[in-house]
Amino acid sequence: MASEQPGFWARVQRASVERLHIRLESLVVLLALSTAMALLSPYFLSLSNFLNILLATSTIGVLAIAATFVIGSGGLDLSLGSVMGLAGVAGAFVAVNLGWPSVFAVIACILAGAIAGYINGQLVTRAFVPAFIVTLGMLGLARGLALVISQGRAIYGLSPEIVYIGQGRPFGIPMPVIIFVLTAIVAHAVLAYTRFGRHTLALGDSEGAARAAGIRVEHHRRIIYTLSGALAGLAGLLFTARVNAGDPTAGINYELTAITAAIIGGTNLFGGRASILGTMIGALIMGVLQNGLTLLAVQSYYQQMAIGAVLILAVFIDQYQVRKESRV
Amino acid sequence: MTLLSLRGIRKSFGAVDVLHGVDLSVAAGEVVGLVGDNGAGKSTLMKTITGIYRADTGSIEFDGKDILALDPGQRRRLGIEMIYQDLSLAKQQDVASNIFLGREPTKKLLGLFPGFVDKSEMDRQASKMIERLGAHLPSINRSVGSFSGGQQQTVAIARALTFNPKLVIMDEPTAALAVREVQSVLDLIRRLKSEGIAVILISHRLNDVLSVTDRIVVLRHGRADADLVTANTNMNEVVSRIVGGGDTAAAAAHEQRG
Repeated sequence: MASEQPGFWARVQRASVERLHIRLESLVVLLALSTAMALLSPYFLSLSNFLNILLATSTIGVLAIAATFVIGSGGLDLSLGSVMGLAGVAGAFVAVNLGWPSVFAVIACILAGAIAGYINGQLVTRAFVPAFIVTLGMLGLARGLALVISQGRAIYGLSPEIVYIGQGRPFGIPMPVIIFVLTAIVAHAVLAYTRFGRHTLALGDSEGAARAAGIRVEHHRRIIYTLSGALAGLAGLLFTARVNAGDPTAGINYELTAITAAIIGGTNLFGGRASILGTMIGALIMGVLQNGLTLLAVQSYYQQMAIGAVLILAVFIDQYQVRKESRV
Repeated sequence: MTLLSLRGIRKSFGAVDVLHGVDLSVAAGEVVGLVGDNGAGKSTLMKTITGIYRADTGSIEFDGKDILALDPGQRRRLGIEMIYQDLSLAKQQDVASNIFLGREPTKKLLGLFPGFVDKSEMDRQASKMIERLGAHLPSINRSVGSFSGGQQQTVAIARALTFNPKLVIMDEPTAALAVREVQSVLDLIRRLKSEGIAVILISHRLNDVLSVTDRIVVLRHGRADADLVTANTNMNEVVSRIVGGGDTAAAAAHEQRG
């Protein structure tokens, strides 16, 4: 009899999933990881280091928001890092080579990303090429185009206004962090509480059910891929403004970290379940991990390995739980 | 009063004739079982009713209107609803999300931002739907995939009811269910009938068909071969009509065992 009543932990888990749209385990992992880092490094627990983590997380975090929408809808976007690089170069090209006002550079970043995402969406929904292949192809295309535009060299000499977006600190808080947090709040509201967000998850859950309910499935997918590209463009803007250069090699392997953050945050790899709040926790886990390993003077080569291992581990745990639940 | 009336429906796909002039009528609030062997044309006939297929010749009248030329969306608005065998549910979403998928009630957030889903209103209406069906679900906030087959069937029927249908077509609703759950789905069908909603039940489980329907129509080789009043027939007769003579006693015995 007792076994039919869910335990306290199970009820807390269920409540957190239903109301806050997060997986409790990820929060526990974040706290445990932070505690471990604080014990291992005397520099970890400080306001400036905390802001450092947030600053380092902001670019990846914006990409992770994009990954959450796409994966939640049953899709995949491997081109995030490359599109981010292309967008940064496009913005710097408009600002420096064309000498246009800063606002056009900002628009160019986001527009370049949105166009790349729109092409992804068109190919996935009209040409019936699997998302994995389309976005893998775009990974190469966008990176190559970024190198062509910049002729393989970083574009320097951005205006102070653009640099402020990356390096300004109103009230002591870095601008990228402010933009990232605002983006996350809007994205969370959209995914969790609007019709658009609900349809996104329903689509990732069962395309047949979404179609039967009258949702314009292909149209919706195109919007999501375009949105994903636009967010990658925003990430490109943040990165370019922060390093004060349109770097064609920016964002290499960032999709790995972004997708990992989304999966750790509880996004179902096959769609249907996702939350931005969860993804933010996932992104912070990745940020704390990288920051901690750096403070502990671990070579960055090992950090790359750690991220890859975490991705596989996160999917393993998720699938393990899914199988356990379906067996009950 | 006749709600649905089909006369001389023919449908062929290329050289393959599937329906050879089917006549079928359903009265308001009537439960009609549609049975027949595999390939008899049951699904094709249902799809000509919902409008997914267009009949080659013949007439379809629904609620006194000729609906032959209408598309599936228009027919649904007139009150024809179909529940497919796979139920078309989004398994990771909760009950209300499934019932209102695509038609979520919205409100403005802080009176400013439109397009926000009114979740509490949605949950309230969903609970009312489930209650109206006299059904019980563990929790309205759980994902539908965690429910049993019969409970999922309940959600699918509740969703169909939100369209205020006059006719609900159900494709093998009891095929994948545990014995105990079959009864609750049959109760749901009786509940629909008591609300004046007509039901066409497609099923291979003749026991279920015999226990819940008013009439049984046997489809054989693309024709409505028999139209039996359920109260005046039995398993043997239905089976013999399905297989068309031969060793009907043995077939019926097999059916009853199955």
